[in-house]
Amino acid sequence: MSTKNFLFVNRKAPYGTVYALEALEVVLISAAFEQNVSLAFIDDGVYQITKGQNSKATGMKNFSPTFRALGDYDITKLYVSIESLAERGLTVDDLMELTYEDADDDYAEKPSIILVNREEMAAMMTEQEVILSF
Amino acid sequence: MAMLHIVNKSPFERVAFDSCLAHASAGDSILMIEDAVVGAVDGSSFSGKVKAAMSDKTVYVLGADLAARGLEGKAMDGIVSVDYAGFVDLTANNDTTQSWL
Repeated sequence: MSTKNFLFVNRKAPYGTVYALEALEVVLISAAFEQNVSLAFIDDGVYQITKGQNSKATGMKNFSPTFRALGDYDITKLYVSIESLAERGLTVDDLMELTYEDADDDYAEKPSIILVNREEMAAMMTEQEVILSF
Repeated sequence: MAMLHIVNKSPFERVAFDSCLAHASAGDSILMIEDAVVGAVDGSSFSGKVKAAMSDKTVYVLGADLAARGLEGKAMDGIVSVDYAGFVDLTANNDTTQSWL
């Protein structure tokens, strides 16, 4: 099977709707097919990867720890919009520390989050072959 | 006649929160739940509007929804955090309730 560049665009906050959780499910499925997967977090999508999420009192499952596992599935490119963070009063310090072990570099632990501006995000999008939006 | 306005949509995605603020009267209460709780965060491009509303209205946030999104402790000063029991109290203590879906 051929390998394609897949991009999953996440633009919604978690918990209020099911989009964020469903996107994560599809991302994990795509990993099983050994595709070249990238994730984009734009607009309210940046709330999906905030640290310290505690959904206990809402009765919903906190699925944010799953993002930490993406590195083990070779999903190592999580593009986060700088502008979207700033508009929401957030910085990269408010996000989870998501990392992966680089097999080509003696399994050194490296950050998966790539902060990009709109221009860089747009350039990354032009490199994709399949784009799925949530 | 005090009214409780309940808003559940992110102000960055929908205009429901803006409409709510535009229609709420002095002395009313505004409660952010679900995705609307992101509007409680200080320093955002929307926080100025919430601060303006707080001059003559009381603004509440459902703490459970704030915590779920990792935003506990990031709410601006003056916003009152309530639990589910507090949510019920707000509906009981106001004459009417309007949900901005």
